[in-house]
Amino acid sequence: MSQEFTFTVSDPEGMHARPAGLLVAKAQQYDSTIIVSHDGKSVDAKRIFGVMGLGVKQGDEVTVKVQGNDEVNAAAEFEQFLKENL
Amino acid sequence: MPPPNSSSSSRRTCDENDTSVGVSAGIAIGAIRVLDTADHAVERRVVDDPQAEVERFRAARDAAVAQLKQLRDKTAAEFGEGKAELFDTHQLMLRDPDYVESIEDLIAQSKVNAEYAVNSTAEQFAAMFAAMDNSYMQARAADVKDVSHRVINVLEGKRGGVADEDGGESRIILAEDLAPSETVQLDRAKVLGFVTAKGSANSHTAILARTMGLPAIIGIGDAFDPADDGHAAVIDGTSGLVFVDPDEKTLAEYQGRKAKYEEHLRLLQELKGKPTETKSGQKVRLYANIGRPSDVAAVLANDAEGIGLFRSEFLYLESEDYPTEEFQFQAYKEVAQKMGDRLVVIRTLDIGADKQVGYFNLEHEANPALGYRAIRICLTRPEIFKVQLRALLRASVYGNIAIMLPMITSVQEVRDAKQILEEVKNELRGEHIDFNEHIQVGIMIETPASVIMADELAAEVDFFSIGTNDLTQYTLACDRQNPNLGRFADTHSPAVLRMIKMATEAAHRHGIWCGICGELGADLSLTDTFLEIGLDELSVSPTSVLPLRNAIRNH
Repeated sequence: MSQEFTFTVSDPEGMHARPAGLLVAKAQQYDSTIIVSHDGKSVDAKRIFGVMGLGVKQGDEVTVKVQGNDEVNAAAEFEQFLKENL
Repeated sequence: MPPPNSSSSSRRTCDENDTSVGVSAGIAIGAIRVLDTADHAVERRVVDDPQAEVERFRAARDAAVAQLKQLRDKTAAEFGEGKAELFDTHQLMLRDPDYVESIEDLIAQSKVNAEYAVNSTAEQFAAMFAAMDNSYMQARAADVKDVSHRVINVLEGKRGGVADEDGGESRIILAEDLAPSETVQLDRAKVLGFVTAKGSANSHTAILARTMGLPAIIGIGDAFDPADDGHAAVIDGTSGLVFVDPDEKTLAEYQGRKAKYEEHLRLLQELKGKPTETKSGQKVRLYANIGRPSDVAAVLANDAEGIGLFRSEFLYLESEDYPTEEFQFQAYKEVAQKMGDRLVVIRTLDIGADKQVGYFNLEHEANPALGYRAIRICLTRPEIFKVQLRALLRASVYGNIAIMLPMITSVQEVRDAKQILEEVKNELRGEHIDFNEHIQVGIMIETPASVIMADELAAEVDFFSIGTNDLTQYTLACDRQNPNLGRFADTHSPAVLRMIKMATEAAHRHGIWCGICGELGADLSLTDTFLEIGLDELSVSPTSVLPLRNAIRNH
């Protein structure tokens, strides 16, 4: 099983350096694999260059897939975190 | 103000045709210090023991991460937590598995030295950012190079960052380019401002300069000359001008501007957050006029209480064809969101007269000011008007938007426009699209007819906003484009002032508010008059907000 949710970025500068850094640092707290997808590209949320390379802008929708031991908890916390920070 | 003419003996290192851009406002006057930050070539060597070289890379990488941790703490202490987070991101970059694998694979497979592997990988990752269609992300190429150079410096046994070699006086920093880490490592007490040959408005140097309140200019390009080290200079972070060895005239002029700018900043500090209220307690809402979403930054910086006039023309003037609903929606939404609860009055299409747009195919007119313009176009071509109204209504849920109709001369025009607005609202309801059901609708008072009919008009709308430029033109029958009419086109004419008074009184009789969004609102010699008339709102250019607040508070 895996957990999946979508999220729309509201930060005016999109998923740029600082928020991308926060996102990656957060993702690294979990055992689960976290995959962020946008516009046909999927990247590992624990890798900063991958996340920044998505080029996500304000108003873009991203899909997040969480899979692993702590996936339920990780997905819920990660979604909350994205809402608060991006 | 025009810059001093080119016959001055100052050496101007850039002019209007150049690419230089002021990215942080303010003026600095002082000696130049050139920083050597250019990219140095990295030597490619073949190594005998790739495994040992990988270990050497890992040790250098760990040392660089440790430096970044220190830099993070220094930045947090000096600039705040928000600015420091960038260096957390830099640490993540150095630990990124894709980045590390790329370097280690290069060392293992090509048997190259660690410096070369780091540099190649940095260039490859930087190229990825440079190729993105987003100026912000393009600027991140500099971040990749910055962190990579830190590792290379450790590998080469150099200390990281910029050496602070002169102990003494404060200088204007001149460099090929400045990485964010280099910017924060400078002793800020000894920096007067920044000038770089490269860089972008979104670079961290620009952002930090603004945080530090120091003037900064980027992109002077070929005008960068290391031989300027030690020379006197004047830099203007607003216009992007740099003068090396300024003559007395230039120096005196910029000393004057610097004093004026500092006075403005002092006023800002003193008046920010203070109510706009006279000594006897009469309150005026002090708003700002803007022409595009990016102007919101100046609105907030000058502490305006709302936006009294957002001219939507830029959407039409800067397009090749009719702007789409989505394009308009994004612009309105951006402004509404950034202003939060504060009112944003958006004026609907005001094309025609002196603002011509090709794709509208407007016929040539003998008297365009008396011709087919603004609301007249909207009412005869409702299909264009509806696109704008849909965008405005959709954006209305993101903040506090009001709609303002220009060039009104009759009650029927207002009713017709409101009828179209109702149709658009019904369409949106049918599509289950949310909008603010109670959105305020107001009109510009800029024709004598609208003043004469002000009572009837006030019964139809939520507010009046007086456009003093057109109201003067139409009241005094003076073409505002004609420079020979100066003494006749007197904006202080009792006829114009009486028009303003009549409109305001009619508004108050019907319980609606009345403001001014024309140039006259910022005329401090009329502030007393406007307070006596009882105007509820004044909307002026962002830089006029605080001087006006000052005048009102002293009334």
